[in-house]
Amino acid sequence: MDIGDSVIDVSGLRRRYGPAGDEGFEAVRDISFTVARGELFALLGTNGAGKTSTVELLEGLAEPTAGEVRVLGHDPYAERSAVRPRIGVMLQEGGFPADLTVAETVRMWAGCTTGARPVAEALELVDMLRRKDVRIKQLSGGERRRLDLALALLGRPEVLFLDEPTTGLDPEARHNTWELVRRLRAEGTTVLLTTHYLEEAEALADQLAIMREGRIVSSGTPEEVIGSYPARIRFAMPVGWFVGDLPPLAELGVVRHEEERGRIELQTRELQRTLTGLLLWAREKNVELEGLDARTASLEEAFLAIAGAGPAGEPAGAGPGAGLGVDSVAGRNA
Amino acid sequence: MAKAVSISVPRMTALGRAEFILLGRNKMGLYVALLLPVMMVWGVRRAIGEVDLGEAGMSVNEVALTGAFGYILLFAVYQHLVSAYVARREELVLKRLRTGETSDAEILTGTALPAVAVALAQCVLLVVAGVLWLDLRSVARPDLMAIGLLLGVAMSIALAAVTASWAKTVQGSQLVTSPLMLISVAGSGLMVPLEAMPDTMADICSLLPLTPVIQLVRGGWLGGMSAHEAGGAILTGIAWTIVAAYGAKRWFRWEPRR
Repeated sequence: MDIGDSVIDVSGLRRRYGPAGDEGFEAVRDISFTVARGELFALLGTNGAGKTSTVELLEGLAEPTAGEVRVLGHDPYAERSAVRPRIGVMLQEGGFPADLTVAETVRMWAGCTTGARPVAEALELVDMLRRKDVRIKQLSGGERRRLDLALALLGRPEVLFLDEPTTGLDPEARHNTWELVRRLRAEGTTVLLTTHYLEEAEALADQLAIMREGRIVSSGTPEEVIGSYPARIRFAMPVGWFVGDLPPLAELGVVRHEEERGRIELQTRELQRTLTGLLLWAREKNVELEGLDARTASLEEAFLAIAGAGPAGEPAGAGPGAGLGVDSVAGRNA
Repeated sequence: MAKAVSISVPRMTALGRAEFILLGRNKMGLYVALLLPVMMVWGVRRAIGEVDLGEAGMSVNEVALTGAFGYILLFAVYQHLVSAYVARREELVLKRLRTGETSDAEILTGTALPAVAVALAQCVLLVVAGVLWLDLRSVARPDLMAIGLLLGVAMSIALAAVTASWAKTVQGSQLVTSPLMLISVAGSGLMVPLEAMPDTMADICSLLPLTPVIQLVRGGWLGGMSAHEAGGAILTGIAWTIVAAYGAKRWFRWEPRR
């Protein structure tokens, strides 16, 4: 394997909590992927899909049950001291002593970090400099996340692990964080992030993988992942017309269709061909297709199709960028 | 591939400095670390005034002041550190620290540095006060005293790390520290020297973790400890420290149980 090209190599990775058999729980089930240098790789998944369990193995916080992890060519668990100085980690839920100020916290962390940035520079990166004398316990959740990010960036890491970096941030802070992550990537930093904001993955990721029940069920560039899901055409048939009156659907490239109270949805992998056929038919028959709407799949649709609807009570598919009701409490996101 | 064991002084100092700031901002912690040992010594001195120490061949002041080292180790190091480890664990600070370059041993030791500094300062103060104002002799065997203190500090840190795994909250840490505190006060010669105990009881008590520490400190200050006695105490102390360190490595929890 060419270590020069891939910064993170994962093969056949498994992580099991508790004993073998029904007592235990296998959170990560045989996953493999690689992340190239300078690439931004996003790990998506619903609650309990295994994202955090996977990232913790990559960070060297735990030993895999089976399989292999290489970060910068080293085993991050067994060769911790070789890997840690070159990576930056932001946990899903990190902690800082409540009674330290922001600046004191960064100073402490800097003392533990090889080649640390100056405190002011690190805080400036995440726009927290003016909060430097505030005690941790007085920070908002979003400010804590930004401080956490500042610490992850303190050692100018080659590889950055971000576990839900923008959860709890307001929209402005989220966009600032995206800008920062883009800038770091432009400077050559390899980034692996987990997120449940699909918008975030779509905006930032070069490559992404969608996890479900401990397995990677779809991966590739955002375009590839989206492209593997059918486009949709929706319309209503005028009174007196029925689906059976349409040309044979298979010939139009339709892979699936649904009808509900006169509204029809066609799914196709060849949107242009299906749409052309449909419109030519409508002109020929002089039929008005009411509410005609055609769209390629979005990452959200792909995600929902793969991961299934959110947990009970969650409005699945609530607008673009909506959190999918995933990943509540750190440590439980097995 | 072998895991490299390296101890970085700058990293531990950085952690120790932060922990020192936190100690200064924690009134309960300051009370436990600074005031309690003094108050305990005061109380003990009054209490053992009633005990016949003729057999032990020591004065009340000698027993109280040498026993005071035990109180300092128990309160300023052991109990304070159990609270500190539990607090940092529950705040997820330990989990966060473990993602960095700092090794596990550095995290535990660095966090302990202020407590150790406070305890050693108190010990020095105790010797100075004893010699200048309470008519105790100057330290007879500084080497034995230093070894005793070193073992005491190392053992207290390791025992604190083990004990911290039993408490879920800082309040709970008061409870889980009490067994060792009570046993040590009663049996390790803090109040009643082993020499004043019946033989069988003294034999059993000599195996308690803090006993060799007190014996070394006491013998180091007051003199009269044979090489055989000193060697035995050192070995017992080392054995307890190793057992406690192993226990800490095995059972210390780095994140809250959910």
